[in-house]
Amino acid sequence: MSQAAGKDHAALAEKFNKDEERVNWHDRTLWWIRQKRDKAAWSLGEEWEPLREEASKIKAHTLSNLSEYLTEFEKNAQANGITVHWAADAKEHNQIVNSILTEHKIQQIVKSKSMLTEECHLNEYLKHQGIDVIDTDLGERIVQLADETPSHIVLPCIHWKKEEIGELFHRHLGSPEGVIDPAFLTNTARVHLREKFLTRRIAITGVNFAIAETGEFVVCTNEGNADMGAHLADVHIACMGIEKLIPKRKHLGVFLRLLARSATGQPITTYSSHFKKPKEGKQLHIILVDNGRSTQLGREDFRNSLKCIRCGACFNTCPVYRRSGGHSYHNAIAGPIGSILAPNLDMRQNKDLPFASTLCGSCSNVCPVKINIHEQLYQWRQVLTEEGHQPAAKTVAMRAMATTLSNPGLFKVAGKAGRWAMKLMPFMVSNQFNPWFKEREMPEPPKESFTEWYQKNRKKK
Amino acid sequence: MSSRNAILAAVKRNQPAALPLPEKEYTSARKGDIEKFSATLEGIGGKAYMLKEGEDVLAVISTIFPEARRVVSVDESMEIHYLKEHLTIVHHSLQDVDVAIINAQFGVAENGAIWVTEDDLKIRVLPFICEHLVAILDVNTIVPTMHEAYNRIGSAEYGFGVFIAGPSKTADIEQSLVLGAHGPKSMTVLIKSL
Repeated sequence: MSQAAGKDHAALAEKFNKDEERVNWHDRTLWWIRQKRDKAAWSLGEEWEPLREEASKIKAHTLSNLSEYLTEFEKNAQANGITVHWAADAKEHNQIVNSILTEHKIQQIVKSKSMLTEECHLNEYLKHQGIDVIDTDLGERIVQLADETPSHIVLPCIHWKKEEIGELFHRHLGSPEGVIDPAFLTNTARVHLREKFLTRRIAITGVNFAIAETGEFVVCTNEGNADMGAHLADVHIACMGIEKLIPKRKHLGVFLRLLARSATGQPITTYSSHFKKPKEGKQLHIILVDNGRSTQLGREDFRNSLKCIRCGACFNTCPVYRRSGGHSYHNAIAGPIGSILAPNLDMRQNKDLPFASTLCGSCSNVCPVKINIHEQLYQWRQVLTEEGHQPAAKTVAMRAMATTLSNPGLFKVAGKAGRWAMKLMPFMVSNQFNPWFKEREMPEPPKESFTEWYQKNRKKK
Repeated sequence: MSSRNAILAAVKRNQPAALPLPEKEYTSARKGDIEKFSATLEGIGGKAYMLKEGEDVLAVISTIFPEARRVVSVDESMEIHYLKEHLTIVHHSLQDVDVAIINAQFGVAENGAIWVTEDDLKIRVLPFICEHLVAILDVNTIVPTMHEAYNRIGSAEYGFGVFIAGPSKTADIEQSLVLGAHGPKSMTVLIKSL
């Protein structure tokens, strides 16, 4: 949804930052999940780092042979009785889904979590076609009822408080007013969604991993919603980005050990479901979506972002994400990895995102497939600046800085003027027009420059 | 050009020179640790129950679920619970199943998961739609990690296969763990040691 269209990360983060207590709560919750991730990783002791290394290499190998693996997957999936579709972009993906629904005269469907369908804005598209889509992941259902999008790829409603969810369920699902007990509210959703599972004839799911060797794919959930939807429907449509491929079934051993531990600190998700063939008398479709991925594959500096297995660990550890909230990224995939993927989709619209980082590198340290996330964010800044996508104020400031730094005389004068201004007229720099001043105290100006100090002190000796 | 060919051409054009596949073999025949399996399963909200010698599985189940009205299994040896019509039954009609009993092929010590395929389940939705899930596991089948798990699966044929690790759960509301999101509210693994 375009709730954030035209806004940039800083402006949206500022909005989120108005409620300081909520920001602190958001920050603490995500840090707690980050700590659970650490414990889970450490529980594997010396196995963990080699496992990350191996996962990273398997993905690098796969990306370097992606066209061959895609062809192999297609052949094996078709032999399994799966119908394989190809979509060049979001629009074609949505049209394929719609054509399957039209063919079966279906207007109501259930969908389990798929960030790809978020990326393609499938819900919005289908709504315009008169299709009723019910998101069945609890967190996704909550944001859907609130007419929002997920703010986190693993924890869609991490920004919602139970009081607000209680109120939302009271309005939409008829739960008693004022009830905020998570167990009660979850059961309310269970009853509400069970009726949908039992009556919908088409189910959409995402895909966590697709195996070239066997033509099967794996979907991981804790709630069991993907399975409830897919097994009770006549038609199962699975949507996946082409980067979700891995060569062999045995490689799942590597990735399933990493995924849930990195995401939530669990040893594995409750369900890791392997779909290989449609069940008798039913249909199984898979849509392979490019939507910019082949372009990113050709960008040498950003290619590694396609290794991402969508665990969300980089979100939970990011000091910017934790304090700015997922919606400030105005992209289906928020956080550090989203900030690398988004400019590939639309450089102009997402030019601000690589700047929404302190480049501290914590994201790269927790990434289970060892993506050099903070380095890529830095590299995007270079690309965006070269292509003229820098914010105007920053461009002027940087140019002034460059002139000053390359001219010793000017540097001396500017330094003196700056110290003088900060001392006598602090309001000249400490004001709302200086973004650096936001949430910070200006430092005490030094009495003299280093050059002045050096000349005075060194000459004495 | 179809989208298929256009995508494949673009990928081929943009993919880097071939990089090697790390060919690490996980052929260890290590046995999984039953203590580790049980502790991990309990840690993720499941229950592990060691069957004693000569103990009757059905009696144990009825002790654990005294109020269960509909208990089903697709295994004939489960006697009164055997779902004779499993090949023809409308799967949606299983929505009032209190307890489903399934046979696990093996367990994984590092994460408390069990592996089952469509051959064991007959009805894919069975372990998801029931209120409570009971899995029967032979202690000798427990493997230590997921690597050994996939070694064991090898190139087995199945239409559907699933690792199940504990009851259905969610923590989407303020990270409070709730068991029984859409699927079973409990999962009990009955471990046979003989």
